[in-house]
Amino acid sequence: MTDLSISTATYAEKIHAHTLAGSRSGEGRTIYVPPRPIDPQYVNDPMELVELSGRGRLVSFSVVPVASSEMIAAGYGRENPHCVGVVKLDEGPSISAQIIGVDTKNPASIAIGMPMHAEFIERTVGEAKRTVLAFTPA
Amino acid sequence: MKERTLGRGVAVVGAGMSRFGAFAGKTTRDLLAEAYRDMIASVDRGFDPDEIDGVYIGNFSSELFEGQGHTAPIMADWLGLGHRPATRVENACASGGTALRDAVLGIASGIYDVVLVGGIEKMSDLAIERVTDALATAGDELFEIPSGFTFPAFYATMATAYFARYGTGPDALRAVAVKNHDNGALNPKAHFGMRICDVMESKKAAALKKGKPVPQWAGVDDFLNDERANPMIAWPLRLFDCSPVSDGAACVLLVREDLARAYTDTPIHIIGTGQASDGPLHGRADITTVTSARLAARDAFALAKVTPGDISLAEVHDCFTIAEIIATEDIGFFEPGKGCTAALEGVTALHGAKPVNTSGGLKSKGHPVGASGVAQAVEIWKQLRGEAGTRSVGPNARLGLTHNVGGTGQTSVVHIFERR
Repeated sequence: MTDLSISTATYAEKIHAHTLAGSRSGEGRTIYVPPRPIDPQYVNDPMELVELSGRGRLVSFSVVPVASSEMIAAGYGRENPHCVGVVKLDEGPSISAQIIGVDTKNPASIAIGMPMHAEFIERTVGEAKRTVLAFTPA
Repeated sequence: MKERTLGRGVAVVGAGMSRFGAFAGKTTRDLLAEAYRDMIASVDRGFDPDEIDGVYIGNFSSELFEGQGHTAPIMADWLGLGHRPATRVENACASGGTALRDAVLGIASGIYDVVLVGGIEKMSDLAIERVTDALATAGDELFEIPSGFTFPAFYATMATAYFARYGTGPDALRAVAVKNHDNGALNPKAHFGMRICDVMESKKAAALKKGKPVPQWAGVDDFLNDERANPMIAWPLRLFDCSPVSDGAACVLLVREDLARAYTDTPIHIIGTGQASDGPLHGRADITTVTSARLAARDAFALAKVTPGDISLAEVHDCFTIAEIIATEDIGFFEPGKGCTAALEGVTALHGAKPVNTSGGLKSKGHPVGASGVAQAVEIWKQLRGEAGTRSVGPNARLGLTHNVGGTGQTSVVHIFERR
């Protein structure tokens, strides 16, 4: 049974409310982030949303001088490169996020395995405002 | 794993490509026509286009790059193949390899006897930020891209993880770039067919001509470590770690195996095909390998009943230098973590034990994304037939492999080719 209350918008809606959410089909089962509507291992079981601690560790990262249009509009680029990475959450799953509060002029100072915690950035993209998930060293 | 076989054997009897490069004013149609003519010229006994039963076209995003959708029938019509069933295949940078596989399955199914496979992309009309954005649509626009990931940043993140896991660094990446530019310099169709040492010398000469101070690089390594000559794109990947933004097209003609000798005495048989998928990079247990590529290779080898040790040469998806190193491990040439050593020791060089990307690869030959997977097959065809000219690996090559990846490995397609 699929919980149709979980959609592709759920993750961003929760981030907008400054929470990090995943989903699972039952106590003790794998947590999926972003939340999935269907558990690949238990396709008949309904999914429930779970709120996550926002704590984790840095799996890997890059510092990006050649940014996307959206990041350039947000003030990043060659002179002000941003860091992106994958963070493994304490609850198990990993997620993509911007990494803030690190020295992007010296990428070698950023260490895989660093403990991180979630932050929520308010960003204006064109006319729209968007809340973006980021992690910063804990 | 269930043992599988192709319903009917499939052979390549013709292969060709356009020049790869940046061609203002040319559209994908022009490029495909150029590739098609090159392919026609390669069919030893000639062929009648009336014999073509179906057309598969690999094309990532003509919508974003040139404002054109529905490209397969448009391409087929432009080649004069108007009423044939024509299907576009889109799997990002693996579009070409997937089109090739679908054509193989079309013949193996018994429905088609003769199939034209094309791969096309026209990327150079857009400003670089727009190209970056268009390529980013191969990632997950909801859950990856808003974080600030670009395509170089995805592969850079894999490189950072790989370096940390195996205690290696960017010297092996530079070795891949130097090797692929060495090979590309021997390929007249290549986009940047110039050795890196020659690029360096040309920059010195240009500075001298303009009366500017001539940079004093001690050698290629020094040049590649210079932020001005080789700027950082996504740390630790620099410009020369990245494949270029290219325009180009490639074609192969596939036939039912028992018809092949009517076209040529030297058909190249496709004996293995494998394809696999995966989720976004962050969803994977290990980002120092591409699991879909391992699975695609496993299936291709099982179908072909050969092993990685049997393969004479490979064209792998080196969209970034780190991708080649990981690819050579994923296809079973080297153990995990040993791809770096192999690159540094010249094992994958043109006359090494396991030549990789003799065409120059995506890195030097160019990467018009939908064409790349088909162009890999063109190179293997030339090499196995002894038609690769100055970049030939020699007459003993009997088995070749292509490895084509979409995105960060959401799609991988592997094919194995045999000269009998």
